[in-house]
Amino acid sequence: MSTDGLQVNIDDRDGVAVLSPVGDVDMNASPDLRARLKPIVSKDNPRLVIDLSQVPYMDSSGVATLVEAMKLVRNHKGSLALCCMNDRVRGIFEIARLDQYFSIHDSLDDAVEQV
Amino acid sequence: MTAPLIHMELKSDPRVLSGVREMVSAVARRLAFDRPTADQIALAVDEALANVICHGYERRPVHPIWISIHEMKSDQPAIKIIIEDEAPPVDCDQIKGRDLADIRPGGLGVHIIKEVMDDAIYEKRGDVGMRLTMTRTGNRQSDQSSASPQKDPP
Repeated sequence: MSTDGLQVNIDDRDGVAVLSPVGDVDMNASPDLRARLKPIVSKDNPRLVIDLSQVPYMDSSGVATLVEAMKLVRNHKGSLALCCMNDRVRGIFEIARLDQYFSIHDSLDDAVEQV
Repeated sequence: MTAPLIHMELKSDPRVLSGVREMVSAVARRLAFDRPTADQIALAVDEALANVICHGYERRPVHPIWISIHEMKSDQPAIKIIIEDEAPPVDCDQIKGRDLADIRPGGLGVHIIKEVMDDAIYEKRGDVGMRLTMTRTGNRQSDQSSASPQKDPP
């Protein structure tokens, strides 16, 4: 059983932080994602995209982490977009009625442009 | 009730969740559920276990959780999953999903379970522990299944 934390790659695209988690974002991994998000979303006017193309699975703890990030981003007058989620991950946003709360895009380019 | 297909004891360690999801999804597919439905059933189990670990055992990773999987008699794929623990019992009336209009982190697990499963019944296990019994029927693997509506998304 792996004890490694969630891998989260962070890149900069024209001033937009692009976070790319790699792996399932469940109760075990959500604290790692939260820890990587916090310094970014706590800045003034944060602009970030979370690329979910390498997230095969997300549960409600992952969704809660993203809701928390979105609230912090709004408090700091920034913007956040999600992109590239598979149908399985999109399904949980729909079940939670959060697919309208987030700005969700099919491509990374569209998401970066949006924020 | 017939003997379970699977009865196993887990530790309340979040690292077990990914393996349990894979197992539940695989068993559901073997019971002829289509892949999206099998994944939804695995999601419900994941959320239920996470609630036990987080709220029942307050994230202490050494306590037992039991999971039983039963095949139910039906002309459709049908599964019953029972999750039991030894956490302090809670008032079953207090176990409910939050108002979805109140957007905030947390509180989604019970809502998800009730959304994707046909039934989700919480009860006390005598003096100690809780039992959650969940059932799901329908969405068979077949060419027709893709044309039949999923239980969700709404």
